[in-house]
Amino acid sequence: MDTPLIEFKGVTKRFGPRIILDHVNLQIYEGQVTTIIGLSGAGKSVLLKHIIGLLEPDEGAILFRDKPLAEMKKSEAAASLAQISYMFQDNALFDSMTVYENIALPLRETTNLGKAEVDRRVMDRIEQTELADAAHKYPSELSGGMQKRAALARALVTDPHIVLFDEPTSGQDPVRKNGILSMIAQYQRKLGFTAILVSHEIPDVYFISNRILALYDRKIVFQGTPEELENFDHPFQDEVIRSLEGLQQELAGLYSKRQFKVQNHAQLKRRTRGETYSVAVFTLEELETIITSLGHEAAQEAIRSMGVYIDKHFSAIGGFSTRRNTNEFVTVLPYSDLTEAESILKDFVKDFHEQGIQDIWTGAHRQAATDTCIDFVILAGIAQGQPIVEIDSVIDSAKSQQKEIARLRCDVRR
Amino acid sequence: MALNADSQNISKSKPGWQLVTLLTRPFAVFGRTAISWVNNLGASAIFLLLAFLKILRAKQLSKIVQQVYYIGAKSTMIIMLVGLFTGMVLGLQSYYALVKFGAQGALGTLVTLSLVRELGPVLTAIMITARAGSAITAEIGIQRISEQIDALDTMRIDPLRYLISPRVAASIISFPLLTALFDLIGIIGGYISGVLLLGANAGTYFYRVQASTDMKDVTDGLIKAIVFAVIVATVCCYQGYFAHMRTDSHGAKAVGLATTSAVVISCVLILVSDYVVTSLLI
Repeated sequence: MDTPLIEFKGVTKRFGPRIILDHVNLQIYEGQVTTIIGLSGAGKSVLLKHIIGLLEPDEGAILFRDKPLAEMKKSEAAASLAQISYMFQDNALFDSMTVYENIALPLRETTNLGKAEVDRRVMDRIEQTELADAAHKYPSELSGGMQKRAALARALVTDPHIVLFDEPTSGQDPVRKNGILSMIAQYQRKLGFTAILVSHEIPDVYFISNRILALYDRKIVFQGTPEELENFDHPFQDEVIRSLEGLQQELAGLYSKRQFKVQNHAQLKRRTRGETYSVAVFTLEELETIITSLGHEAAQEAIRSMGVYIDKHFSAIGGFSTRRNTNEFVTVLPYSDLTEAESILKDFVKDFHEQGIQDIWTGAHRQAATDTCIDFVILAGIAQGQPIVEIDSVIDSAKSQQKEIARLRCDVRR
Repeated sequence: MALNADSQNISKSKPGWQLVTLLTRPFAVFGRTAISWVNNLGASAIFLLLAFLKILRAKQLSKIVQQVYYIGAKSTMIIMLVGLFTGMVLGLQSYYALVKFGAQGALGTLVTLSLVRELGPVLTAIMITARAGSAITAEIGIQRISEQIDALDTMRIDPLRYLISPRVAASIISFPLLTALFDLIGIIGGYISGVLLLGANAGTYFYRVQASTDMKDVTDGLIKAIVFAVIVATVCCYQGYFAHMRTDSHGAKAVGLATTSAVVISCVLILVSDYVVTSLLI
């Protein structure tokens, strides 16, 4: 693997007699979304504050591109830390300044840019974060979600290389939570910064994370991909993941990926050799276009409606579903072969044409930031599996068979 | 070493040691308080020095002008009101006292010197502390507990330069100007009560005002105003800036207590430093 962008080596932090971080070792890589998970009070925010230099370790070293921050010259350390932006859990917006002034503050105070250039950059970020109507309002006049977006705009206005997000979705409803996560993922892809999140939103946060760091008992006990975390055998799984995850995904009310696997495993145990099952994979196409045209919250509402509709239809006939990726759902139809599954899917497509896709559009339109017209396209694919075959390969096979099953054209909606 | 530690534990548990602890406890409390005071004094001095050095950095002018408006311009009315009634009371009391000695002609001298040398700088400083000083502590304290000051740090904006230096500079500019205004309005107040209401001679009053006031009286008063400005700005900013470090409370309550402390400490220090500066200048 590449040289880490940020590395902790044996970092220990104490507040009086209390040890908050105990010989923490971790690596954060450039261009990735890394999420730090752990229970409340585990020291996640303290860890984040070490990265930005608000706190210094009592023991150990923090390395920036393989060089210890403590050994850098003052100007070099300042230059390294200047590449980092921080989005606070409670936003930390200046309540006596308007949204525009809050976003312009770092540019006005830390650069020599002219008034016109500051204005251009601030307005760019305001438009990107859909805050044009709120630019001259004070933070107290905005909703929680808008305040988050204003804080995000302020964090991004200096074009940082690294952005730290301290529980960016706290206090938001499921659609807004996923909207904020989706917004972070979109900007991270668009601007290419390294994102470091502290979050409780398991499993929603998995969809946007490249790497997960698990903080447990004052130490980092796991570093790896979300998929690797699912196979991580440690008390952290029982005490933290399961308590945070719950049984079902908050957004669409479906099984979490882990619960989905447990359910599938239980079904497999009941099956005899030779019995088959089918898997269907559904995808909402062109999610980026939907986000760009209608906004993050509308896109999340569309995904939520799609999940709810899939679950309603298939759970009635014994199927169970999960959200596999941001815009992708997987449904297992136990005890059905490919022919039966095709027939079930045909019924689903018929129902979906009549009602489902309209529901998705209506949900999205309710949350939409603009009145832009775009087509909604749903793909589906099915594959047959057997107890001896790994479900992941059956899912991949179903995905490769995907074709368009529904399209709601713009002109039909109007 | 282990033996030594054991012997210490044994000796500490003896009744004699407990008696010593009991007897020295009041002194220990006194000592801890004294150490805390000295620590705070040193920290405030460094805080002031750093803030002072950052006054002349770039992009400070507009912030200083803004603070002059909040601390100075917005205090004008209250200073005029207090100055007027202080002068009127002074004129009233002095007139009846001087009449007993047939020296009512010295009314202008008494009113003017009292105001310019003492009452003007002291009452102006106390009034600004009550109006603007408390607001400074509360504002900075809230910014501290709501992580706005941490946000400045993360944006690489020096909080001392951005929040404290403009307030220190604005206080140094505003206090002498408001003191001069207080003196002027106070003299007019003395004229209203002594001359217009009680019938003292107007010509004598203004002649005495002019003849008995040296330039040194005015400059001494303004020097005091500058000393008070530095004290009030430092105490109020310091209390707000470190509101989160208070050991007696947290959150909004800490900001409330910090504001109370700022006003009380500022007022006490104004009076103490008034004596010290007067004895140095006299």
